[in-house]
Amino acid sequence: MKTPSVLNWFTSREGLYYLALAALLLVILPLALDPFRLNMVGKYLTYAFVAIGLVMCWGKAGILSLGQGVFFGLGGYCMAMFLKLEASTPEATAIQSTPGIPDFMDWNQLTELPWFWEPFHSFSFTLIAVIGVPMLLAFAIGLAMFTRRVGGVYFAIITQAIAAILTILIIGQQGYTGGVNGITDLQTLMGWDIRTDAAKTTLYFVCVGMLFLSLFVARLVQNRKLGRILVAMNAQENRVRFSGYDVAAFKIFVFCLAAAFAGIGGALFTLIVGFMSPSFIGIVASIEMVIFCALGGRLSILGAVYGALLVNAAKSGFSESFPELWPFAMGALFIGVVLAFPNGLAGLYQSYVMPLEERLFKRKPKVAKPEPIPEARKPATVETRERDYDPMIDHYSPEKS
Amino acid sequence: MFDGYTSSELMSIFAMQGFAGLSLFSVFVLMAMGLAIIFGQMGVINMAHGEFMILGAYTTYLTSGFFQSYLPGLFGGYFLVAMVLAFLICAALGALVEWLMIRHLYHRPLDTLLATWGLSLIMQQAYRSIFGAREVGVELPDWMMGAFQVTDLVELPINGLFVMIIALSIAVGVYLLMYRSGYGKKVRAVVQNRPMAEAVGINSAGIDRATFALGCGIAGIAGAAFTMIGSTGPSSGQAYIVDTFLVVVFGGAQSLIGTIVSAFGISQAQSTMEFFLSGSMAKVLTLLVVVGILMLRPEGLIALKVRR
Repeated sequence: MKTPSVLNWFTSREGLYYLALAALLLVILPLALDPFRLNMVGKYLTYAFVAIGLVMCWGKAGILSLGQGVFFGLGGYCMAMFLKLEASTPEATAIQSTPGIPDFMDWNQLTELPWFWEPFHSFSFTLIAVIGVPMLLAFAIGLAMFTRRVGGVYFAIITQAIAAILTILIIGQQGYTGGVNGITDLQTLMGWDIRTDAAKTTLYFVCVGMLFLSLFVARLVQNRKLGRILVAMNAQENRVRFSGYDVAAFKIFVFCLAAAFAGIGGALFTLIVGFMSPSFIGIVASIEMVIFCALGGRLSILGAVYGALLVNAAKSGFSESFPELWPFAMGALFIGVVLAFPNGLAGLYQSYVMPLEERLFKRKPKVAKPEPIPEARKPATVETRERDYDPMIDHYSPEKS
Repeated sequence: MFDGYTSSELMSIFAMQGFAGLSLFSVFVLMAMGLAIIFGQMGVINMAHGEFMILGAYTTYLTSGFFQSYLPGLFGGYFLVAMVLAFLICAALGALVEWLMIRHLYHRPLDTLLATWGLSLIMQQAYRSIFGAREVGVELPDWMMGAFQVTDLVELPINGLFVMIIALSIAVGVYLLMYRSGYGKKVRAVVQNRPMAEAVGINSAGIDRATFALGCGIAGIAGAAFTMIGSTGPSSGQAYIVDTFLVVVFGGAQSLIGTIVSAFGISQAQSTMEFFLSGSMAKVLTLLVVVGILMLRPEGLIALKVRR
């Protein structure tokens, strides 16, 4: 299938979905919300980056990573280190016993900036690190695991262990990382005060822009042959392998891509929220990130954005008024999504709203070209269903998911 | 890290930390046994395992309170009653959960992980609402106080020893059940070839439910045992769940011996390194080594050779 030309794309249904999201994020929400709330939406959107990555890697390729918080955190910490160094000039930290180093290092009797902090004086290095560090780690993990055909449940448990390792490490090494409080008191980005309302609004729009860029990349991947190999791999890994594809390479690629998205999300999170701490990246946070993706629909990148927005908005709403109820609601969400609608909101939309729409839009002569979405999506859903019930797969063998 | 210690000092440090690590070992064995049955035999990941354990602990807490107020004369033996109760309650809840949730998810192991995580959130909050966020502890009967003096450096608290004995007897019991009983034979038949097992008349759905209930019941006993060595809070189950999964995977999911060996190895490594490094660094190093070895040997230390 060829990608439709730019003009057709805007009249196609998929184009309309993107336009609707753009209208929501760029027009409706900024007009309806005050800067404080808008900033909160921006924070939720940074989780959407992780969810998009999870759709690619879990929904499409069947690799469930329970350690996406690690990549989110690495991106976030890279950005936070840069901002912290900028906030800790010798003049600003003159009262410390060693001026010029971040305050928590001074409290922990460090007299010198650790070597791995040094490069973060440079903004361009930081920008590369935000994407590069998570990708490097993902590459290392992926190389070790996928070439040895570790997958499914085993992969999930190991990524979870890695999330545990990173959290313990950050909390334990207080002098180097700020410990359990994280890196706080971030003020300026290249001399631009990020704490003002104007800056927060700008950052929101930057975040939305980056989000659309990520959606574009994800869509590019999923609609090419590459995306279809990923889906095929999920359904019948061995058949793909016997067809001559290097399954491990594709898995490593999609895992790195997801890590890169998560890293960007983390960096934006640091900018928008103004600090970074281990509580956003541990096991609990990582599993919550999976539910953002699962609720929106594990096969739909747009669904992931809505999932992240909805779950986080519900979380803020609930925990403001009934803090006791939130864990119950969250637990029910996990069970309900898995048992009742495994394809999430996007799945519900496809099976209930879309047929309705079809009837309504039938009279419209405007949509002349055959619609690209059903063709592009149908194989994905059909194949996944097949996976669930295919008696040919040995579901009980541990190296398969 | 060994600088400044003579070899005899090192020996006694290792012995001391080795004994200290034994209590961590019993924690791991108790938790991992239930998990290993459910994960190794059924391929289901039960993230709520820790919460089942806490349920057992709270049952023990309530039983000890009951004995204290109504049967003070029998207080010394309340633990046996509590253990049976904990097993029964957890097994019953496990069977219910299997019926409501798990049986719909057998061909989607990754989804069992998410669903049981949801269950664990609900159970945790339920404990918090019922018992409060504070940790509770039970009063030990008199015969469990005190300690054995092994050498002048090493002394063993009786309650720790008691938990260790429970851990080992559960391990032996599970082994006998799985490898020396008719039920175990059926379980293994279902694991190896479900359609064939059904064809020879084994009720595989019943076996699944019984196995899940058994795993949860063992978690309950584990919880009861833990009240002997520490206090219980709503979220104490979650603290161990990742470690325990690593123990099970590291040992080789379908091998009970492997689970025990890996529990021993991990607990000893951690306890020994804790003496030389900080606690958190010891944990990080242990986990890193485990993850590293798992990357080299994805099947675990003791892999069952099965034709698939």
